[in-house]
Formats: sequence, C-alpha cells, structure tokens
Amino acid sequence: MTTKLFGEKVPRVEDQRFLRGKGRYVDDVLVGHDLLHAAVLRSPHAHARIVDIDVSGVLDVDGVHVVWTHDDLAGAMADPLPLLIPHPQLTHGRTQYALAKDEVNYVGEAIAFVVADDRYLAEDALGRIRVDYEFLPPVVGVESARAAEHLVHDDVPGNVAARLEQENGDARGAIAAAPHTLSLDLTIERSASTPMEGRGTVARWDPDTGRLTVWTSTQTSTGVRAAVAAKLGLDLAQVDVITPDVGGGFGVKINHPWPEELLVPLAARTLGRPVKFTEDRREHFISSAHERGQVHHVEVGYDDDGRVLGLDVRFWHDNGAYTPYGLIVPIITSTQLLGPYKPGAYRVVFESLYTNTVMVTPYRGAGRPQGCFVMERTMDAIAAALGKDRTEVRAANFIQPDEFPYDHGLVFQDGRELEYDSGDYPGSLEKLKALIGWDEFPVFREEMEREGRRVGIGLACYVEGTGVGPYEGAHVHVETSGKVKVATGLTTQGQGHATAFAQIVADALGVRFDRVEVVTGDTRRMPYAVGTFASRAAVMSGSAVHLAALRAREKVLKIAADALEAAEDDLEIVDGVVSVRGTPDGTASIDLGTVAVLSNPLRYAFDEASKAATQFSVGDPGKPPVAEDDEPGLEGKDFYSPERSTFANGMHAVIVETDAETAEIRILKYAVVHDCGRLINPMIVEGQIHGGVAQGVGGALLERMAYDESGQLVNASFMDFLMPYVTEVPAHIDIDHLETPSPLNPLGVKGAGEAGVIPSAAVFASAIEDAEASYHPGLAITAMPISPSDLFALRQRHEESS
Amino acid sequence: MKPAPFAFVRPQGLQHALEALAADPGAKVLAGGQSLVPLLSMRLAAPTTLVDINALPDLDHVRVDEGGVHVGALARHADVLASDHVRRAQPLVSLALSHVAHPTIRNRGTTVGSIVHADAAAEMPMVLALLGGSVAVASRSGTRTIPAAELYAGPLESTLHHDEIALEATFPVLAPVDGIGFEEIARRHGDYALVGVGAIVRVEAGTIASARLGYLSVSDVPTVVDVTQALAGELSAGSIEAASEVALRQLEPADDLHATAAYRSRLVRVLTARVLRAAYDHALDRARDRIES
Amino acid sequence: MSEELHEVRLSVNGVVHELRVPARRLLSDALRHDLGLTGTHVGCEHGVCGACTVLVDRRPMRSCLMFAVSAVGSEITTVEGLTEQDGSPEGRLGPVQQAFAECHGLQCGFCTPGFLTTITAGLRDNPDPSEDEAREMVAGNLCRCTGYVNIVKSVLRASEIARERR
Repeated sequence: MTTKLFGEKVPRVEDQRFLRGKGRYVDDVLVGHDLLHAAVLRSPHAHARIVDIDVSGVLDVDGVHVVWTHDDLAGAMADPLPLLIPHPQLTHGRTQYALAKDEVNYVGEAIAFVVADDRYLAEDALGRIRVDYEFLPPVVGVESARAAEHLVHDDVPGNVAARLEQENGDARGAIAAAPHTLSLDLTIERSASTPMEGRGTVARWDPDTGRLTVWTSTQTSTGVRAAVAAKLGLDLAQVDVITPDVGGGFGVKINHPWPEELLVPLAARTLGRPVKFTEDRREHFISSAHERGQVHHVEVGYDDDGRVLGLDVRFWHDNGAYTPYGLIVPIITSTQLLGPYKPGAYRVVFESLYTNTVMVTPYRGAGRPQGCFVMERTMDAIAAALGKDRTEVRAANFIQPDEFPYDHGLVFQDGRELEYDSGDYPGSLEKLKALIGWDEFPVFREEMEREGRRVGIGLACYVEGTGVGPYEGAHVHVETSGKVKVATGLTTQGQGHATAFAQIVADALGVRFDRVEVVTGDTRRMPYAVGTFASRAAVMSGSAVHLAALRAREKVLKIAADALEAAEDDLEIVDGVVSVRGTPDGTASIDLGTVAVLSNPLRYAFDEASKAATQFSVGDPGKPPVAEDDEPGLEGKDFYSPERSTFANGMHAVIVETDAETAEIRILKYAVVHDCGRLINPMIVEGQIHGGVAQGVGGALLERMAYDESGQLVNASFMDFLMPYVTEVPAHIDIDHLETPSPLNPLGVKGAGEAGVIPSAAVFASAIEDAEASYHPGLAITAMPISPSDLFALRQRHEESS
Repeated sequence: MKPAPFAFVRPQGLQHALEALAADPGAKVLAGGQSLVPLLSMRLAAPTTLVDINALPDLDHVRVDEGGVHVGALARHADVLASDHVRRAQPLVSLALSHVAHPTIRNRGTTVGSIVHADAAAEMPMVLALLGGSVAVASRSGTRTIPAAELYAGPLESTLHHDEIALEATFPVLAPVDGIGFEEIARRHGDYALVGVGAIVRVEAGTIASARLGYLSVSDVPTVVDVTQALAGELSAGSIEAASEVALRQLEPADDLHATAAYRSRLVRVLTARVLRAAYDHALDRARDRIES
Repeated sequence: MSEELHEVRLSVNGVVHELRVPARRLLSDALRHDLGLTGTHVGCEHGVCGACTVLVDRRPMRSCLMFAVSAVGSEITTVEGLTEQDGSPEGRLGPVQQAFAECHGLQCGFCTPGFLTTITAGLRDNPDPSEDEAREMVAGNLCRCTGYVNIVKSVLRASEIARERR
C-alpha cells in the first residue's frame, strides 16, 4: 500500500529553492536582460486639484525613456480602474485612474510614470517633474468623514459610498423587551498586510508573436490577465500572466489591477523592451491598500443567563479614497460578527465612508477581526454586568453541535446565505479552557498578586467563512516518464500549495509524492481560476486537484485494464504502478508512464517508450485509434464549485501581565483551539496559525497607520510602523485541533489561512481589561490596538474619574 | 528609495580625506552609514560628495588607558561591546551599547559616528555626555578636542565644523567609588527608546557624594542632570522623587507617534528610580569587591 | 550628464567580480542586479527588516545600508554561498538551511535569506545557544509569515545538525 499522505506532516518541496536562494520573486525575473525600470510620481498631498504638470526636462535626463501623465493615456487606459466587486448598495462607488486625472485623493496616488535605464535614474527623473496643486481640505478619519463638512468626492454626498442594512428578527423590539441592556462604542484602527515583499510587475512584449507576458506579485493571475487585456485592448489569448514566487500577500495583493500592473505592460509594448516596476517600502505604505479602520456602536438586550435576545450593531467603515474592492470588508464584519453565537434577533447597519487616505481592501481576516472584537467585547461586557464567568456567557449563546447546518438568515459576502456547515463550539471551549488553564487561573493570579504582579486572562471565539466560490479548477497530466504535472490557477504566497496539493494528488492517483509537481498561478497552464483569498485555496483548489486526479485515475484504470486484460475493479495503483490485486509482484502490472504512452497513439516514435505507442504496435485495427468518447493523453481536468462557503472556527486565550508602573504588556501564555475540518498537512496549518497569531499580536499591541490631520501617513516606514520582531510575539503557542469535517467538499476541509489573526484584538482586550480589573474596576478597553502609552492614559483617566 | 547621485572618494590617508571634505561644502563623511544611508535612500539628505573614511588607517582602535576608553572612528559598536577592557574600565559604555539597535546594525555602525550624528534618541551621545567624555576631531588646520558638554547644538546637530572629521571618542574610566546604571524602554526590542536613562552615582562612606543622570528621547539633545543636591546623600522614595522632579524640569517630554508626553514623564520617573538604585548598588558592589580583593 | 562609474572588485562567495557601478549603487542592488545573486532580498531599504542581510567578512550586515563601492576588499557571503560542497551540482544544504527545511522555518521565503545568513554567523559565535539566545540571535530580522516559532526551533536544530556533521 502507498502510504497515505493526506494528514501527514510532509516537508515542503518548495523549501529547497527558497533555502538555496533560488526562489524566483518578481524582482528576480529577467535580471541580466535588457530591462528598463519604472518609478511613479505620487501625490504628496491628501486632497488637491492638479492645476498643471510640467514634465519638460525629464526626458533630458540621460537614460530616461518615457514620462507619462494622464494626458498621455488613451482609450480604456484613460478610464477609471475597474470597480471589481459591484454591489447594489454601493451606490457611490469610485475608483482611481491609472494616473490621476485632475484631482488626487490620497497621499501616494499615482500621478506620473517614468521608465528609465535603472530605478535610480527613474527616481532622479521624478524629481524633475513639477506639479501645481490647488489644495482642497482633506477628510481624515471616520469622524471627519461622518461630519461631512468637506467631501472627498464632490459628487458623493455625505462621503457615503454605501449603506447596507440586514436584519433577522426584530432586534430593536427584542432589546426593548429584554431584562438587561447594554450599549458599547468600539473602535479598531487602521493596519495593513505589509508583506515582506511589496508589489511588483514585469512585462515583456514579443513583437514577433504579438504576445504579452506579465509577471506580477499578485493573488490572482487570471484577474490581472483579464484586466490587462481589457485595458490594453488585447485579446485574452495574447496575454499570459505568470505569478512567480510571492513574498507574502495577506490580502493586499488580491486587489488588481494596480496602476503599475497596466502601465508596465503598456510601456513594455510601447518601448519594445521589458519593463520592471518594484515597489519600495515607502510606496507600499502609501500606495497599496490598508484595512481594519472601523467605528462601531452596539446595543444589546440579554437575559439573566447572558443569552443575547437582541443585538443591534451600527458601524462606520473607513474605505479610504476609493472602493475598487466593493463592500467585501464591511459585509464580512456585518455577517461574521455573529461568530459561534445565535442571538435571538440581529440587525446590522453600516455606512462605508470615503476619506482622503489610502484605499481599503481586505487584509488577512478581512473585516472579521473587527466583527470578532465587537461581539467578544459585548460578551465580556455582559459577563461583567451579570458577574458571570466569561466562558459561561459564551456557552449560553453557542450554536449547538446538533443545530448544523445553521442558517443565520443573512446574506454573506459571496451573495449566498450565511449558513454554517459544521462545528462543535462547546467542545472547542472545553479544549481551550484546558489548554490555557482557565479554571486554574485564579490561583495563578493570587500567586502573582503576592509578588506584586498584575495578570489577566482573556478569550475570544470566532467563526470564519472560508473557501468562498465561485470555483477553482485543476489539471493533472501524467507524462510518459511517469511524472505527474499538476496545475491549478490560484496563486501561492507561502502557503506551501505545491506540497499540500501534491499530497492530495499522490493519494488520489497512487503515485509517489516526489513524482508530483504542482504549478500555481500561471495562466498558460490553467486559464480559468479565481484567486487566493478568504482561506480558500485548500478548500477550492484542494478539492479541484483531488477531482482532477480522480479523473486521471479513471483513465489510467481504463487503459491499464485493457492492457492487463483485467477488470478495472480488480486494479490498484501503488507507487505509480498499476497491478491486478492479489497477483505476485510484477506479473500483471504496468507503470503509469507506460499507461501514458498507451493513452496517446503515435505515428512517430521518438524514444524507446514511444515505440510501444506507434500505430503498428497498439490498437484494434477495426476501431479508430482514439475512441469516440475518449481523448489522447493521460490527463484529468475538473472544477470544484460549491454551493456555499465552509465555516471554520476557533477560539484563542491569552494570559498577559500588565506592568503596574510602565503599563507595558507582556504575553505569558497563548493558546489556540482550531477547527478547520480535516488537515491536509498539520505542519503547514500550524505554521499558518503561528503566523496569524504573530500578525494578530502586531495588530493588537503594535501596528497602526497613523495619519495626521492633513492626511499624511506619518509612520510610513518599518521604523515607525511596528511589525513585531521575535521579541514581541509569544515564545510558544499551545495549539489543539478539533476536526469537524465539512460536508461540502470531497476532502472535508475548511480554510486555515486567516484564522490566527481574527480574534487577536478581542482576546488581548479581554485579557488586559481583566488584568486591570482589580486595580481599576470598570476600566473598559474599547479601542484597539493598545500601546503601553494608551493603557497608561486609560489608567490616568480612570483614576481621575473615580 | 534610491539615493540621489553623489561624488565619491575613498581616501587612503587622513590628509586626503580632510582635503576632500573641505573641497565640497556639500560633502559628508561616510563611516558605518547605518543612520546616513537610510536618509540618502529616502532622499531626505543629498550630499554632493561622500568621503568614505573606511579605508583610513589606524582608526579602528578600542583602547583603554588611564586617560579613558578611547574609541577610534572606525571601531564598530560590536567591537567596543566585545571588549572586556572597556567593560571593566567603563561598564556604562558596554551596558548602553547592548541597547543600540540590533547586532547586525552594531556590526557596521560606528560608536563615534553615532556620537557625532547627535541623535537625542540614541544611546551613545547621551553616554558620552553623562560621563563627560570628549571627541577628538581633525581638520586641515589641525586637531581639537570637543568636550561632550559642548558637542550638541540641537536636534541631529553637533558642533563639528563641516570640514572636520571625528577621529576618536574618549570616555573617562569609571572611578573606583562610582557605580553606573542604564535602562531604557522601547516599543520593540532594539527600537529607539521611548525614554532611556543612564546614571552615575558616587558613594563615599555610604553616602551619595554625587549623582548624575543622562536622558535620551526626552528632549532635543542628550540631557545630563545633576541630582546630587536633590538626593541629599541618600536614596529614598522621597529623594528619588525629588531627583525626578529636578530632571523633569530640565527635560521636554513630547507627544509623538508612540507615546504621550505624560507617559514619557512617567517613564522618566520609573527609570530614574531604577537606574539610581542600580547605580548605587553597583557602587556598593564595587566597594565590596575592592575590600575583598 | 552621465554619472561617474567606479571600478569595484567584489569578492562574493569566494568568487571575485569586476564591476563598474555608480557610487550610489547599494550593495544589495549590486549583488542582485549586477551579479544576478537574487537570493539576497530587499524588504525595506532602510535597514529595519533584515531580509538583505549578508555576511561581510563573516559578520552579518545589511546590504541595503552599504554601497558597493564601500565593500571593496571585503569577503561577502550571500545565501547562495551557504550550501556545502558534497560533489553534487547543487551542493548539500548547510546546517541552518537544513534546519529550516526540517522545522518549517519558512513560508513565503522572502525574509529567509536574511535569517539564514544571520544565524550562520550567530552559531559561529555561539554554537550551542539556549532558546533565549536563539531568540536573541534572530531578534533583528522581520518575518511576516511564520510568527518566528519555527525559526527559533530552526536555530536550535541547526546547532544540533552542525554538531552532528562535525
């Protein structure tokens, strides 16, 4: 029997090239060729009208080939960039131009594009461009957007891009009738994905064939391909998009096309030479995308057990200057806020607001961290008001294991109903309590108090819709060498897809793992695909790869059955050899390579193996060489398109210490219970959790996008945007898995990519508040992230008011 | 993020370097470059000439004699930190250096470069000021020694003339009756501190004969405060509080991205207490060691 | 007006290269774009992230904070130079590389070269680090994927592998 690989900690195949420095990231592409390099002039002002742009003198700089402004663009390139995800309630969607036309709406907006011999010269050239601005008042932050004293876009009244309301039951009636009520105001600040590699695009135009090749650091090759073809007026068949190795995405690289993703191919075609744009770190801060900035107001009515009878949430989403990605983030907050709970009635209303800041598109978690923060802060507040243990209040509100599938009566981000497929929340909570030592904590707290140390414990629960549609596909090809080549269209940015998908194929096809090679994100190999976001790769492409491999297997068995004169049902495939079950080794067997040879009747023999497939060697002379219902070649192709998302879930708990003197916050213990259905590769899943937790720690304690009143991002560097080093994250993360298989896909998997980051703000707020509770009773943490300086200020205000 | 063009010279001798520097009013010295190069890449600075002094001979010394700890202009932070002689002669230098950025930066960055870069958020300018050290500088017209008290003119501004190259920093050796302390609090390990405090306390016959504190990140220039009078000879909650008050009167804690002025003031108080106690204990330990040996 | 070019002899991974570059050419760019050694990555260009860390005369340094013209006379080691000769064309993974593979110490791989060079030098100075020392060893490098848990494990494992191979 071939060892089953699904569920095993298989080492990653991609590591070999990464560890040797042989990875190929977009800035590595075409090094040593006759590349030109692009740079972009970006607005230094948050809000201004462009009166005049003077580029005279730029082309005088030696080595400068092109300088473009909006005036130089024509046709579709001169139109606004696409609004990728329209929504009926997005009544005032706006997108930017590839190069600003007449007005700039955030610091960092692209104004002019230069191509030169190298990046140094391109930056020199930017320095020669003179722009006259007429300043307009900037709108910065939710408060200023709501006040609408000034407008970001003249034709968007109140700065409101969209207003969306959903209700299940009569929430306000239920609150009015509830024995207890509470209201909370809760804020989450801006942060961003900040992958270690920024954006980047390389393009090469081949004049001989009239074809364009684009390499880009994206989370969707097919999306970029369609956009480039449309904007450049090319047929889809003229454009290939290849996603090379990607140095992290975390959401920001799902947005497309970026101005540079269009301008670089256009320049390559215009100049007849390959062109490269590699975003630098400052550019990534001010001209990609951010997320998380939301202000929430909660009204809740509950009973004596803490059961939520009615929940009414209003929130205001800062979408920045433009809305290319539609309403995805606030819709996710508004639906995923419910987590594992079943309030009696729920109403949610949000407004998506324009500000003169970098636009907002999903960042790992995509609106869920905010929703989780709101719901979990509400649970903590109910527990505090009732004097109950925080786990009890949560347990009282859980959807029970026998209630699945559970329909929330709301519409989710994919336009489908919000219906949970599976889960065991009480079971998860028990595991979490054991893992963190919830019941033992009071004793620990007393011990620490005797040493004069303040400690607190917190927990937070979440449910995450993963694996959203519409589909992914896969192609499996067995070569005559017996090697198995697999292609799926979504992209990879560190998740180890080449390993996990190879595990699935090896199992399904009965081949050795090292014979399987997986390619992702290359439109030449799989032109139909969606992209990598929303923890969907394992669910969508994993399932598609599995189905495609089964198709290939069917064909293998059919051909082998013929060749071995046996029934298909009697065959097995082990280590790439098809044999009749129960016969001695080698007597009735055929290897996959030979099956591949037989699958493709040939006229020409080009090696020893192919001789066996030529027309004088195979086939029944009375029949066509390729049967009517068959195709040559040993391939399988299939697509997976589920009715709706799967719903992974999990719970985190943390023990923190807050310094009585300095308000420094230290993490003493961190525990995660996680249910993403069946695990393909537990090593990879744990890695995803580790990374998510660290990113969550950053978001909860360190990272914020700090805009001043004029709309300048004042911390646009790694000096001041504080991504955690090893010294700021938990040294150990205790992880326990619960596996409730999803019934929605053949593998029973749910997504895992975003999980680690979702409950962070909530869990730290809970724990820090708990640590302060004995010293500052009633001190409430309502805004995250929180720094020592913030906590100190909270303490001061609390002391002054009590 | 690429530097603007500049002319470049890499002199093999000091005289040549001094001439190159004097020849271009827009010239700047490149030693470790760990502060300078980011400024160039962000085009926040654009010197017309860089005079790379890394090839100059005899400037990478870390030497200790009765005159003090002598650190040459090309001695890297890591070299100074690794020196046991330095640690014994002036432990405050070693202690503070362990807080300078991360080891990789310390491998290239120079202590003298950091001192003349005059960043009030950096450790070594404050340490030089607190210890009353000095910097020897050269120009075509000769050499001079600038006492630390006269070195800092303003934010990121030293009193070196444009045509001068700092050759050596000298930190006085720790007197037998002195003890030192240093602490800082940063948002992340290795970041510039929100507040950092160094202390040097002299204990004679069980009483505090003198106490000076040095502060970083709480004013525009490295600030040294003499709290001898405030302590009135001893450490107590009251005397430490008085010392903090004296210090805060001379400091200008400000709001920034990472902390409010009020929080910085709190850290000044907390760290002042911690380093005074540490320095006092250190002085007593050293006295005890002397008696035992 | 064209920029003055400087003759630079760079010794990288034991091979001497002759280059003509402008003075402002960052060492990171010279390694990547002039020598094609693209294993060294550029993550921030202001010395904070550590992705571009290479060994200069065996000490880890940020190649984005050095000019190629300042690196003359130094022996530079990049990630491409960390593999060990074992007769195979691609060579055997060095102990640190091997440990990262075993411990899942990398995900997207972008920050990895900076960690590998830093740890290689770190283990030379301290061949048998404690867990805290392992953490300190990598405290100046940013990683956005792994949460560092498996990187610290990799440091400890690398120390074992190096011992086993001695």
